Amino acid sequence: MANNYSLGIDVGSTTVKTVIADISQNIIYSRYQRHFSKVRETVAEQLILIRDAYPNEEFSVCITGSAGLGLANSAGLQFVQEVHAAFLAVHEKVPDADAVIELGGEDAKIIFLTGGVEQRMNGSCAGGTGAFIDQMATLLGITADQLDELSLKSQKIYPIASRCGVFAKSDIQPLLNQGAMREDVAASIFQAVVDQTVSGLAQGRAIEGKVLFLGGPLHFLKGLKRAFVKTLGLDESSAVFPEDGPVFVAYGCALHAARLGERHTIDELISKVKNAASADNIITGEPLFSSKDEYDEFIERHKKFDLGYADIRTYEGDAYLGIDAGSTTTKLVLITEDGRILYHHYSSNQGQPLDKIAAQVKIIRETMNPNITIKGSAVTGYGEDLIMAGLSVDFGIVETVAHFKAASYFCPEVDFIIDIGGQDIKCFKIKNHSIDSIMLNEACSSGCGSFIQTFAMALGYDIAEFSSLGLFAEHPVDLGSRCTVFMNSSVKQAQKDGAAVEDISAGLSSSIIKNAIYKVIRANSPDELGKNIVVQGGTFLNDAVLRSFEKELGRNVIRPAISGLMGAFGCALYAKERSEGASRLISLEELEKFSYTSKSAKCGGCTANCQLNIINFGKGRNFISGNRCEKGGGKAKTNKFPNLYEYKYNSIIALKTAEQPKQPIGKVGMPLALSFYEQLPFWRTFFNELGFETVISEESSRDMYYLGQHTIPSDTVCYPAKLTHGHIENLLDKGVDFIFYPCMSYNIDEGESDNHFNCPVVAYYPELLTANNPRLNGENFRHPYMDMNNRKNVIRVMKQTLKHYNINGKIAAAVDKAYEAYYCHQADISQKAAEIISQARKEKRNIIVLAGRPYHIDREINHGIHKLITSLGMAVVTEDSVAQLAHTPKLGVLNQWTYHSRLYRAAQYVTTQPDMQLIQLVSFGCGIDAVTGDEVRNILENAGKLYTQLKIDEINNLGAARIRLRSLAAAMGD
Amino acid sequence: MAEYAKFTEEMIHTHTILVPDMLPIHFKLLIAIFESKGYHMELLRNDSRAVVDEGLKNVHNDACYPALLVIGQFMDALKSGKYDPDKTALLITQTGGGCRASNYIHLLRKAVNRNFPQVPVVSLNFSGLEKDSGFRITASMFFKMMYAVLYGDLLMTCYNKCRSYEVKKGEAKAVLDKWQDALGEMFRTGGRYTHTKQLYAEILEDFGAIKISGEKKVKVGIVGEIYVKYSPLANNHLEDFLISEGCEPVVPSLLEFVMYCASSNFFNAQIYDSKTLTSAIFKLGYKLIYSKQKELIKIMKKNGKFEPLHDFEHLRALADKYINQGVVMGEGWLIPAEMAALAQTGVENIICAQPFGCLPNHIVAKGMSRAIKADNPNANIVAIDYDPGATRVNQENRIKLMLANAVS
Repeated sequence: MANNYSLGIDVGSTTVKTVIADISQNIIYSRYQRHFSKVRETVAEQLILIRDAYPNEEFSVCITGSAGLGLANSAGLQFVQEVHAAFLAVHEKVPDADAVIELGGEDAKIIFLTGGVEQRMNGSCAGGTGAFIDQMATLLGITADQLDELSLKSQKIYPIASRCGVFAKSDIQPLLNQGAMREDVAASIFQAVVDQTVSGLAQGRAIEGKVLFLGGPLHFLKGLKRAFVKTLGLDESSAVFPEDGPVFVAYGCALHAARLGERHTIDELISKVKNAASADNIITGEPLFSSKDEYDEFIERHKKFDLGYADIRTYEGDAYLGIDAGSTTTKLVLITEDGRILYHHYSSNQGQPLDKIAAQVKIIRETMNPNITIKGSAVTGYGEDLIMAGLSVDFGIVETVAHFKAASYFCPEVDFIIDIGGQDIKCFKIKNHSIDSIMLNEACSSGCGSFIQTFAMALGYDIAEFSSLGLFAEHPVDLGSRCTVFMNSSVKQAQKDGAAVEDISAGLSSSIIKNAIYKVIRANSPDELGKNIVVQGGTFLNDAVLRSFEKELGRNVIRPAISGLMGAFGCALYAKERSEGASRLISLEELEKFSYTSKSAKCGGCTANCQLNIINFGKGRNFISGNRCEKGGGKAKTNKFPNLYEYKYNSIIALKTAEQPKQPIGKVGMPLALSFYEQLPFWRTFFNELGFETVISEESSRDMYYLGQHTIPSDTVCYPAKLTHGHIENLLDKGVDFIFYPCMSYNIDEGESDNHFNCPVVAYYPELLTANNPRLNGENFRHPYMDMNNRKNVIRVMKQTLKHYNINGKIAAAVDKAYEAYYCHQADISQKAAEIISQARKEKRNIIVLAGRPYHIDREINHGIHKLITSLGMAVVTEDSVAQLAHTPKLGVLNQWTYHSRLYRAAQYVTTQPDMQLIQLVSFGCGIDAVTGDEVRNILENAGKLYTQLKIDEINNLGAARIRLRSLAAAMGD
Repeated sequence: MAEYAKFTEEMIHTHTILVPDMLPIHFKLLIAIFESKGYHMELLRNDSRAVVDEGLKNVHNDACYPALLVIGQFMDALKSGKYDPDKTALLITQTGGGCRASNYIHLLRKAVNRNFPQVPVVSLNFSGLEKDSGFRITASMFFKMMYAVLYGDLLMTCYNKCRSYEVKKGEAKAVLDKWQDALGEMFRTGGRYTHTKQLYAEILEDFGAIKISGEKKVKVGIVGEIYVKYSPLANNHLEDFLISEGCEPVVPSLLEFVMYCASSNFFNAQIYDSKTLTSAIFKLGYKLIYSKQKELIKIMKKNGKFEPLHDFEHLRALADKYINQGVVMGEGWLIPAEMAALAQTGVENIICAQPFGCLPNHIVAKGMSRAIKADNPNANIVAIDYDPGATRVNQENRIKLMLANAVS
């Protein structure tokens, strides 16, 4: 029969869609099916269904979709890029659409139709949309549909990082652990997807008019729809969600197929697809076990590290409770006086850690022998404060301490502990029976336990089944060792290339291990980790992960049988050590009546306006979280802690309100961003001397960031740079004659480095601003090039820049005054640092050199980390204030950036001061710190100091930072 | 700086110097020049996954991809057992300047020191870095190298054009091989490589004689970070992929980058009022190279079959429309200038190949696309990130999207 049917096959990252269109381009058949990574099989299945429906038909055919490319190539069929296919479909079905937004499993796409056709796809970093929603649902222990239902009942939206899935996750986790309403979290997740799409893809181009929404998530999730419509300010008529949204791209693909001449019978197609050679470019590794014997030996060896058990119903005597309120899981252990286990529990917290743990304590209280006395209890983990407050736990300890205690129990000579949990990787090096250095994963590389779990679910397996599949895989796929989002696409590629589920499972185990070793630990050889290595955390219960670790290191390690419970076990041991004879732990009667309410509020204690979460346990007992300093916590500020970050920031901010000329000759604006955090004293004085009124942009905030978001062309640049866009908008709105922002390849030469460059971003950001903000032009934005080391150059350039004002004669003097102000400011900071240090010493406080860049004093950039440090009782000074107290040590790298050379000197200085430690603040995306980080670490560790690095971004949750800082404080206390 | 093995003059005769695989066509000619001075060099071609794995093991994973690959390739080679570590040295290029790239050599030394402390690393640079090395570039070598770059660019340009359209597969490669051998021999023996006019014409004629199909193909320009732009190892064989997609890859010449480096030096001196003898020498050197470039362009124009190289003064003028020539870190202003020049010459589809998280490219590549598109409404610019974790399917899918836009 010659019906001229055309067939479009859309093979996405998670689903296969087929559409048949007739000659008048109507859809006469369509189907949508998850492929669970079995791409070829699923496509063949669908073709068979089509054969049943249209047995004698010939089709013109085309394939599209992210996983379709490989199939098309190997089956010898035509391929059309999916955004283009969508474009064709829209053209046919909704010709008057102005823009199209399509969210798929892993890609986000946008097509602008009116005013210049443009098709865009998310970059490789801003991953996850559908997959991201799935992952978040897993985190909450529900399905995507349930997440959707929850979101519809929300009352408020929390700010969640919209850049990439992993970042959003680290915003969501603490919200859950602090007891935020799940409904609100659900809605916030959808809002994050919307923000990501709008800011990441549109990049300044307005999404207006009639907008068409395509793809699975936008078809099935009402909450997501609602968020898009609301954010874009659309209404019923301008927001179109077509009935056949999920198969729209397949339809476009069919339209494209119709233009192709060649026709095939279904049988031909089935045989082409079935015989499609799987591409040979999958890179595979060795199997985890070469023989059954090797496997048996492995199992036997690890059996040895187990604890004794006792029956909770029959045992009589003292007991100690340990609780680990982890990011995604809840763990409890009740032990006897001699370390036997009476009760243990491990489960997902499903976003409700408090309820889960209360229920467990209740079970313990109910089942235990009446002659058991719980003499002590301790809690650790993300939910530590909440659980302590809610359940009257005796002690709260930092996770590192808990894990070290537990590991030492199994291996007193332990040299190295690695713990891979649901969301964290924690590693500690042990020297002389105390924690010597701590390494934690960054928000970016959190390829941990929950990741495998999400994958297992996406492929239709439960986690245990999925990971055991990998044990005997013959050709584990090499998936690289990057962050979750990248691993998603590696898996996608492996699927495309026809890798088996077993091989993917083994590959995932191995990539988690590689991530831990090379990215988190940064080990150069297994010897660095020492002889006695203890591995723990729920993820290591997975034998495939354990085996991968042993193989990668080339040595055997110890995995206690209670690997997943080590934090809780450590707490129990701690409670036993510190027990004062009786425990305050919540009683059975109290548990019967246990209830709480949660609400949110904004702290008005200072300008940071922390988002607070208040949980009321009744009887006036409140638990407040979300606060950075002790003010919001409901406690009175007891002492003014010495803090140079505050002082330095205030001294820059004071320039905003400093005296202005009486009769200004002009109005100049300067953004409170990047290099201005150091040079403002210079330029403020310079312009003031010349009689200009100076306008400095408002202090940074999240809103300031949103203000300029639409002019940011590169979504992977650092947050300090991104904020600059908002400051420029702010200045433009204030109405200045011109904005002054010089470009400088070089910074001030402080005489201690091989060269004195600025980083490329600081040096030339004005060029980017002027090219991407349509409101800027040569008149209202002046960004001359100059070298601050060369007074004559500065004078010449400024004369030229300000030539219209006829003030050439005054410029040299103003420049001299400006230099004076600059050096005066520097001296003042150093002077203040000396005062703080001596005050701290008088009060016997430890001193932290919080080492970053000048712009890290911005509160929106540092998120108040300095306050967190002072709240732990330590004093804070800046890198530049102590750098001049030391000379540059011997380095293994080229020391060529002014700001960064201060880090080396500050680190060197710290090595000479027994009561000081250094914490390096690193903005995410700062490539230069990939060079400096290792070097600063070397300087410190060679002198027996601890190296702590905190990575910061737009995320304002300090959960991970808090753990690190407390661990550091604990280590300094030892 | 920490201690490391130094390259002594004696080693010229005893050691094999390994060279990373960046620009195979050019580097083969450059190696011939060194061989004429008694050096023994070998261009590395190992490109298995082990290269990336060695890179991940030996370099901070947030360091840029080129550093990771170059170091990975060296470490993989040294560990292969093919080379005697006591008689092997490594060569790496160093541009100097505010980009992280100036630090590659130090990152490489760190990695080498841990495993093969006896292996010296030599720096190929024209900025006066690493003065204590026995590895020297004499004036005569400098001139030879200039010619090698000119010939390399001509071969690359002709080869890319011919292999996209050749009727008989492999013909362009044969011509390329023939000329690489012939030119290499001239550099080794001091033959007639200075007879540029004649040789250019012969090369153009040879490539011009290859039978090509008349079909119209989509031209795709490749700009970007210097290593990722050229090295097939880094860009997942981008040129081959484009040809397989039925496109003609157009890759700007290496000479442009050389001239960019030279002009940056004296331009900086001008804007920062820091003129010195060195900047004067750079200006002289620049003028010399520019005259050579003009000669080549003239001959290419006369031949008429191949798109001539971009006139460098024209590139500078183009840059001024978008960005100040003071932007000199990484590839700096050269990237927007090349994009604009490509768009002007009908190559409106442009891939900007860059390492993930490349700092200068925030400014000069992604940062400038909007302005270039505004002037060239048909320009179709896509930035592709390369990284050990980025997958080919992702990259190719984005390139395919660009190509779909190109035909619509």
